[in-house]
Amino acid sequence: MTEIAAPMTATHSFHTSVEAEKRLRARYAAEQRFKIYGILAIAVACLMLVVLLFTITREGMTAFWQTAIRLEVTIDPAKIDPKGTRNPADFDRAAFQDVIHEALYTRFPQAEGRIARKELRGLISPVAGVFLAKEVGDDAAMLGRTIQVWIPASDAINQIEKGRIDRNEEEANRPINDRQLAWFDQLKKDGDSGPIFNSTFFTSSDSNYPELAGLFGAVVGSVLTLIVTLSLALPIGIATAVYLEEFAPKNRLTDLIEVNINNLAAVPSIVFGLLGLAVFLQFFGLPRSSPLVGGMVIALMSLPTIIISARAALKAVPPSIREAALGMGASRLQTVAHHVLPLAMPGILTGTIIAMAHALGETAPLLMVGMNAFVTSAPSGFLDSASVLPVQVYIWADAPERGFVELTSAAIMVLLVFLVAMNGTAIWLRKKFERRW
Amino acid sequence: MSASVTVALILLLSLIGFWMGRSRAVAVSGGRIASLHSVPNYYGSFVAIWAGLPALVLVLFWLALKFPVTEALVLAGLDVDTIRAWGQQMLPPQDLAQLMERLAAGGSDLLSDNQKQLLLINIRNIAAGQSQYVNPDVLGILKPAAAHYSTLLSLANWSLFAISAVLAVGGLVYTRARISPDLRARNGVEKVVNALLIVCSLIAIFTTLGIVLSLLFESVRFFARVSPVEFLFGTHWSPQTALRADQAGSSGAFGAVPLFSGTLLIAVVAMMVAGPVGLLSAIYLSEYAPRGVRNTVKPVLEILAGIPTVVYGFFAILTVAPVIRDVGSLLGLSVSSNSALAAGVVMGVMIVPFVSSLSDDVINAVPQSLRDGSLGLGATRSETVRQVILPAALPGIVGAFLLAISRAIGETMIVVMAAGMAAKITANPLEAVTTVTVQIAALLVGDQEFDSAKTLSAFALGLVLFFATLLLNVVALRVVQKYREKYD
Repeated sequence: MTEIAAPMTATHSFHTSVEAEKRLRARYAAEQRFKIYGILAIAVACLMLVVLLFTITREGMTAFWQTAIRLEVTIDPAKIDPKGTRNPADFDRAAFQDVIHEALYTRFPQAEGRIARKELRGLISPVAGVFLAKEVGDDAAMLGRTIQVWIPASDAINQIEKGRIDRNEEEANRPINDRQLAWFDQLKKDGDSGPIFNSTFFTSSDSNYPELAGLFGAVVGSVLTLIVTLSLALPIGIATAVYLEEFAPKNRLTDLIEVNINNLAAVPSIVFGLLGLAVFLQFFGLPRSSPLVGGMVIALMSLPTIIISARAALKAVPPSIREAALGMGASRLQTVAHHVLPLAMPGILTGTIIAMAHALGETAPLLMVGMNAFVTSAPSGFLDSASVLPVQVYIWADAPERGFVELTSAAIMVLLVFLVAMNGTAIWLRKKFERRW
Repeated sequence: MSASVTVALILLLSLIGFWMGRSRAVAVSGGRIASLHSVPNYYGSFVAIWAGLPALVLVLFWLALKFPVTEALVLAGLDVDTIRAWGQQMLPPQDLAQLMERLAAGGSDLLSDNQKQLLLINIRNIAAGQSQYVNPDVLGILKPAAAHYSTLLSLANWSLFAISAVLAVGGLVYTRARISPDLRARNGVEKVVNALLIVCSLIAIFTTLGIVLSLLFESVRFFARVSPVEFLFGTHWSPQTALRADQAGSSGAFGAVPLFSGTLLIAVVAMMVAGPVGLLSAIYLSEYAPRGVRNTVKPVLEILAGIPTVVYGFFAILTVAPVIRDVGSLLGLSVSSNSALAAGVVMGVMIVPFVSSLSDDVINAVPQSLRDGSLGLGATRSETVRQVILPAALPGIVGAFLLAISRAIGETMIVVMAAGMAAKITANPLEAVTTVTVQIAALLVGDQEFDSAKTLSAFALGLVLFFATLLLNVVALRVVQKYREKYD
């Protein structure tokens, strides 16, 4: 009897033996490990996003303020207004810098001799005169007066003050020597140095000097480019989607169009740049670097995205709407124009805004059509030379001065704010007009 | 008369046409609107379309052809003496000698494309009143040509204005006269709108055609100088061609294999990051994650996809490359400051959401019955995933990976900013390599000559890039479609 019962006991069963429990534990451990791999993968992706946003913000935050030095500047009419007309148009723009230098020499009388004075001038921005000129501006009454003004410090001082350059570094390894540092500390002790809001960043255009470089021109360029893109891509995209979804007969031409749209969606962006260069610039002779050409190239690029999302929105409108309209005697075009399209519009607009957000961040094709032009004033029309936000990021990332690192990061922050705003609008639109049939 | 004024005039006439057509329709109906074939607004639109559309099409054509035609006319109108005098001032000695020979021979095609462009830029600058950009010695020589150019342009502008005004008014008057209760205005309008819709849909085909033709056209010109065999199989890439014939050390070599290998290396590194991370996160999200986690993680991954590539490029040079270099030197490895690893890793991060969302779709398309069957037999979730779901979803995942590789190959800004410029064949990701897109950008950004092998080589590279990505996409879509059909 025991011989028969023995295999039946729990300890000896294939599924319950010690080995079996070991196997089971191993399987459960493998299960846990697999799950952890998945969590790790997500963690890696999220961590990268956090690190990216964190480093950009850390680098970029400091660009919003600027170290400045307060000086008592005498606006000497003999220098500023050599013609004596008191007309701001006749002012000698270059003389403002000299006036500031004079003020600096008066502030530090101990700095004598050519070398000492040269070092002294190294404290302030070599383009400080531009700021003073703006301050004095068109107010001729300032002439002859002595005023207190905040003058931007040089890039080296600015970076030391922000801790980007280590002031404890050996003297030979930093752009500012001990004597200059002592002068600057003196200014700080007297309360004549401190941070001011970097309004230049938002009001001026590109420059070779970090303290004079701003984003305004690039923002205007981006807006102009997006206007061209939107006014081309939206009507053409909607028209194509309406035709393919509502009117097109099932034939070879329609198939060819669909295949083309799907393929264009996957063509690398730089190839669109080559198209723009060869066709718009070289063949049609349109102006290089202009928002018109940039916008046209980006419009061709974003067309597939807009068409695909517009078709999805049109498809979501139930056929009963169309049938009701047709039943009431409306023509097919009237059905689409009066009923289907208005109902699909929120969906189409959502897709379009997302496509425009992508277009705003597009860089490579715009480099091909020369939108990396060095533009020191905001473009005033669609045919002017212009730069756009992402291209400005690219240009500044290439600039050798240390001050451009924080400007690049700040420009990225502005770009990301625009993108978040656009995508946020799209999500809001979708939430608000979402409709279940 | 500028084109914008002309367009404004046409639009104004078209608007007037709308009102005239509408009121005319109401008038001919004799107070009984129902006797009209269409609603009065359609009569208005009918007139407006025929007043505006032909003139607008004309303006569009003219805008496209204005510069090519006038420039060709100006060049054709230059006499031999002007060309000789200009050449003596502007051309390097060797080109000048060649020009003189051709002048003596009395041929028709005297200048090369490059020289023509230079001449045209001079003429355009003088005509635009920007003589400060022009060599003062040439100023006097080209003044007549510039005057000719301005005359032609203003003549063209005025004649366009006049012709489109006549067209618009003619269209308006003619169609307005045709209005009667029997005129099928709605059908007429709808026919035109339908045609416009078709024209808009054809733009997708024209874009593809434009890409293929422009790339092919320029590539053929390139291959006339450099043999395709050397381009596709040569191992030495150094596109600096000599500006002068006597210049040393820059003969120009166009062997693109180092670029292909560099592109591949960076794409492989990117896929090593994006493949596992994207696939595993897709599996976790679709098979394990509770609803709440899924709803928060997916948008986060989408943010990753929405960040512009230029930002990733800056991130690579600002953060990732220094970290990799520091880790490398800690381990005693020499890492290039723009290593393929840094560019590849960052590109991988960029592609993660792409791989993840495509894989997610594919995994979700596996029928629930397969999962239930496997779990019912006692398999754990991970065993189900590895032994049932992944084999079933394999074609779709392969397709997703192919699409991701095509993305990686075509990506430009990350590599332009973070990868190197030196063409080198290596499989070591710690060294700097260059890619096809980096070279295209480097060759075409900034001032270029229009006709040198150096500039044209960028188009040949673009052609290779276009067809490589096209092939990958077509294969990937086929694979995915086959797979979809299996479970539909």
